[in-house]
Amino acid sequence: MKATSHSFKENAHQALGNANLQKALNLMRSGFPARRAAAIARLPEFEALREEGKAIKDHVLENLDFYLETFERNVVARGGQVHWSRTPQEARDTVLAICRGLDAKTVTKGKSMIAEEIALNEHLEQNGITPVETDLGEYIIQIRHEYPSHIIAPAIHLVKEQIAQSFRDTHTNLDPARLLEEAPTLVAEARTVLRQKFLAADVGITGANFCVAETGSTIIVTNEGNGDLTQTLPKAHIVLASLEKLVPTLEDASTILRLLARSATGQDFSAYTTVSTGPRRPGDMDGPEEYHVVFLDNGRSAMLGTEFQDMLRCIRCGACMNHCPVYATVGGHAYGWVYPGPMGAVLTPTLVGVEEAGHLPNASTFCGKCESVCPMKIPLPKMMRHWREREYEKKLSPATYRYGLGLWAFFAKRPALYHTLAEWGARLLGAVGGPRGRFRSLPLAGGWTAGRDMPAPEGRSFQSLWAERQRKKAT
Amino acid sequence: MSDAPVRVGLFVTCLVDLFRPSVGFAAVKLLEEAGCTVEVPLAQTCCGQPAYNSGDKADTKAIARQVIDAFEGFDYVVVPSGSCGGMIKEHYPELFADDPALFQRAQHLAKRTYELVSFLADVRGLERVSAHYDGVATYHDACSGLRELGVKQQPRKLLAGVAGLTLKELPGAETCCGFGGTFCVKYPEISERMAADKAADIAATGADTLLAGDLGCLLNMAGKLSRLAKPVRVRHVAEVLADMSDETPPIGAPARAEPR
Repeated sequence: MKATSHSFKENAHQALGNANLQKALNLMRSGFPARRAAAIARLPEFEALREEGKAIKDHVLENLDFYLETFERNVVARGGQVHWSRTPQEARDTVLAICRGLDAKTVTKGKSMIAEEIALNEHLEQNGITPVETDLGEYIIQIRHEYPSHIIAPAIHLVKEQIAQSFRDTHTNLDPARLLEEAPTLVAEARTVLRQKFLAADVGITGANFCVAETGSTIIVTNEGNGDLTQTLPKAHIVLASLEKLVPTLEDASTILRLLARSATGQDFSAYTTVSTGPRRPGDMDGPEEYHVVFLDNGRSAMLGTEFQDMLRCIRCGACMNHCPVYATVGGHAYGWVYPGPMGAVLTPTLVGVEEAGHLPNASTFCGKCESVCPMKIPLPKMMRHWREREYEKKLSPATYRYGLGLWAFFAKRPALYHTLAEWGARLLGAVGGPRGRFRSLPLAGGWTAGRDMPAPEGRSFQSLWAERQRKKAT
Repeated sequence: MSDAPVRVGLFVTCLVDLFRPSVGFAAVKLLEEAGCTVEVPLAQTCCGQPAYNSGDKADTKAIARQVIDAFEGFDYVVVPSGSCGGMIKEHYPELFADDPALFQRAQHLAKRTYELVSFLADVRGLERVSAHYDGVATYHDACSGLRELGVKQQPRKLLAGVAGLTLKELPGAETCCGFGGTFCVKYPEISERMAADKAADIAATGADTLLAGDLGCLLNMAGKLSRLAKPVRVRHVAEVLADMSDETPPIGAPARAEPR
């Protein structure tokens, strides 16, 4: 997928004028945060769990080589295979080779952000293999030829009327007069259509919420059960995972699972938690004949030991975007690549380059809400600031902005000069704007005054008035 | 409340200095009433956030050093802004993490620095102010004060003691208003929409007054409310607590005619 993060401003402008998107975002804004708050209120030890979860991930990141190798050993011991890919291209090629080895025509897919990251669907299609998304949200955006706008709710940018229309346009063999106005009828229709695809698939591809080192298991959570059908029915199950999904033990996975659903959807637990350990064993009733885990690095190992290491604790719950006032205003597509919102603002520059994604870490008010709700306590604003520092060092920010900042800093570092200027500024702006109390337009502040007034200064600087008061007191 | 004289250095903030000195004088009055002597070092300009949040670390450090020097000798440093207070308290030490001598000085400053209202309530143990304000007010929790410094109950507790004032809670009070310092300069269109959402929430409360503890957010919200012609009086919470709301028009409101 081609990133459009460099046009964040234009993307955001479009988003602000998109009535359906704004309606959908309004629903999201009230939904997720309230449900998360209620779920956490039911669990007094939530804060302690956050600390535990963070410690588990920190420990793994400090010993990542050990846990990756342990995981591989245990997967192989149970008859599975582990594949290592440094780049999206290597990961795509690995998946394609497995599919070709089985002469696969169609693959079903559970939700996987790594698949989005490596643009797997396009690659499979170009090579004559049909991918079918089985997560409802992913299915909807697949038939609309879109990409996810949210990491756990990929179609959250849509209202149900748009989804109904897409179903009518795609499922042309069904009765055109059928009713599709309510969400349950949409779900039922998708289920019927997908059921046939599950049975026909040669390969099933899922993501992984966890890779458990001690057992060589992968774990996914879903609310639709689509992951189970995706991974048990076909001949082969391919798991796509990034390196940081490792946890040492099943106990550790359980600890983080207690944080995941609460942070994500406000559920105590997702409807389905599925553990996969190796291919079908002799005597097993079902399960795939082959079990592959494809690991993607794509720059993650290079984050270890840097100021961005903490980002690798991320468990992809989406709480940061659910609570982000900027995300709630412009939606996920404005961010222009796979990962939107605060976690995307940190991760995207790592994965596609800060030259492409430089806007994202800037498009934050640093309100701090994301960090406060992050179950893994990732200091997201701090890391966005690190990106801004790198952009400043590389002189990537606009020249006018840098010039303005430099001028301001020149005075800010010279208090005597600054106070003179502040007093004259206050007097001038106060004299011009004071009678009305505000400016409806102001030179150099057109962005502000396009939709807001600029309140006028009272007319004198505090420092000059304070100096007068001190002089009067002394006499 | 303790009777020992306490020497406070007031960090005015650049926005209060330029836009609304009344907030500075309200802070001085409240601090003096709370038994402090107040000084205002001249060697202060800004806390450095515009540079810090733009990735300009060198200028940020130079400005931070200036503030550290200027406020060396005070018992406390008080700031009528959670945002600038948070910068000094949370971020100055981080800036000098690799410079032990300055790190220590930055930490020493951080430990003594407080946002105004939380200083009055938590450090000085102020229970009640003697102030009067006729109106129904709603309160916006500015982000940095709330999340970096834990300013939440303190202003509500003190506002409860203002005669004539009724406090009506603002739904979404903890949601950012869209100001964001450099954010409103870099992304004005998004910032404006966030301010519009906030203004709608404020108007829906039916309150006639909006209070908050950060002038940046107040300028943003006042500017949006006045553009929408919403009849809401916008003030820094210190003006009301110091009983000084008769002395200057609300933020963004026309100057009053001279009293006859």
